[in-house]
Amino acid sequence: MTGFDLSAILSNPDYVQMLLHGIEMTFVIFFGSWMLAMTLAFTLLCIRFSPFRFGDKFVAAYVSYHRNVPTLVQLMLWYFGIFTLLPDWLTSWLVEHNAETIFAVVGLGLCQAAYFSEDLRSGLRSVSPGQMEAAKALGHGYLSAMRFVIMPQGVRNALPPLINHSVSLFKNSSLAIVIGAPELTHAVKEIENLSFRTFEIYLIGTVLYLFLSLVIMGAGAYLSLRADPAWRARA
Amino acid sequence: MISDITTIISDYWLLLLIGQYPNGPLGGLANTLILSAFSIALAFPVSILFALARLSKWRLLRWPVTALVYVTRGVPLLMLILWSYFLVPLLTGADVPSFVTMLTTLVVYQGAFLSEVVRGGIVALGHGQMEAAKALGHSYLGAMRFVILPQALYNMIPSIISTFVSTIKDTTLGYVINVPDLTFAASQVNNQLLTQPFQVFLILAVVYYAICWSLTHVANVIERRITRRRAGLTDRAKPVSLAMSKIVSEQP
Repeated sequence: MTGFDLSAILSNPDYVQMLLHGIEMTFVIFFGSWMLAMTLAFTLLCIRFSPFRFGDKFVAAYVSYHRNVPTLVQLMLWYFGIFTLLPDWLTSWLVEHNAETIFAVVGLGLCQAAYFSEDLRSGLRSVSPGQMEAAKALGHGYLSAMRFVIMPQGVRNALPPLINHSVSLFKNSSLAIVIGAPELTHAVKEIENLSFRTFEIYLIGTVLYLFLSLVIMGAGAYLSLRADPAWRARA
Repeated sequence: MISDITTIISDYWLLLLIGQYPNGPLGGLANTLILSAFSIALAFPVSILFALARLSKWRLLRWPVTALVYVTRGVPLLMLILWSYFLVPLLTGADVPSFVTMLTTLVVYQGAFLSEVVRGGIVALGHGQMEAAKALGHSYLGAMRFVILPQALYNMIPSIISTFVSTIKDTTLGYVINVPDLTFAASQVNNQLLTQPFQVFLILAVVYYAICWSLTHVANVIERRITRRRAGLTDRAKPVSLAMSKIVSEQP
């Protein structure tokens, strides 16, 4: 092995191309699973608050499963297990449409939905019941009170854990390498195999991950600042 | 489906439990638990040292550790595992088993996460404890040892258990560098059977669920008891609703 030389990787257009594609796929997986998780989290929240008898139990079981089984095992169950149980037409469609990425999005999204829904629930629970009564006294219906009074406060309270869990979702997107999705870690491993410059490429990968995590954390901090009523009143 | 599962369990339970132990390295569930226990036992003192360094007034101590904690928290565990897989043999100059590589990674990773918990616990106690201890003649280290840490660590017990749970979940990542743990054993079973991947991985998920769920349950019970005691409520007869403190260290 020759000396430390970052330019050996960064000046090779093929490697740069692979890294950029890796970053792109990491973001596809991150945004895809984030959207899926958020949508599901709100759905789970609605089921939890609905008067339907088993709704509460169902959501509790969902959350418990996804929090107590390692994310990697969930992904393996999806990709190696459930994939084989699907009907043939669906399997062939998935194989044509990048099945690894789709399963990474589904697996990570379903897992993260459990965390997001718990964050939102604890955020909503911290809004005092008086708010709902006051909103009703002012003539709001249940839904409009939820939309204009309870939700804005509840989501604001839930922002710090939501941001933390968004960052960990971003980091967990690296787990998709185990089922073969072509994301950033995958690109790093591939370039390592091609160039044998392990130290350099790991360093690049680490710095990229760290930078992108810090960007997400920063965006989250900005969002919580924006949501803070004291800050808005001043602006 | 259910008969498939019982057949797999009755055929392969020993492999899932201890791996190929008498004829090969210890593996399976036993190895998962040993790896988690070792890493949490080693990460605990490391985390206290990290926390003390982060609270230190010397920048030379504070800044590198702060950087280390931020890097560890901002980079995926998988990336750290790849790093130690590359660096540990390079630094020690020996052929290190993957178990040791994984252990090193987990100690650094969980040490960084736990250090935030310890630091939070120390900061939450407030200045008064330290000042009172110093007024009574303790030095800084003496005050830490006899006054601050015993209180902070006691309040941390639930967080430590939940970190243990997330360590158990994190050991699954050793799969990437072929650590012979439960996940590895399950994939071996899968490779031998080839036809029933869903059943095999379902068993794997259920086993992890059972372990992590019971430990989380224990953590919650202890946490309730500690919250109660901190609020000065030793009377069990009176049910009083308390604001639960959130377990901070929980990660997916």
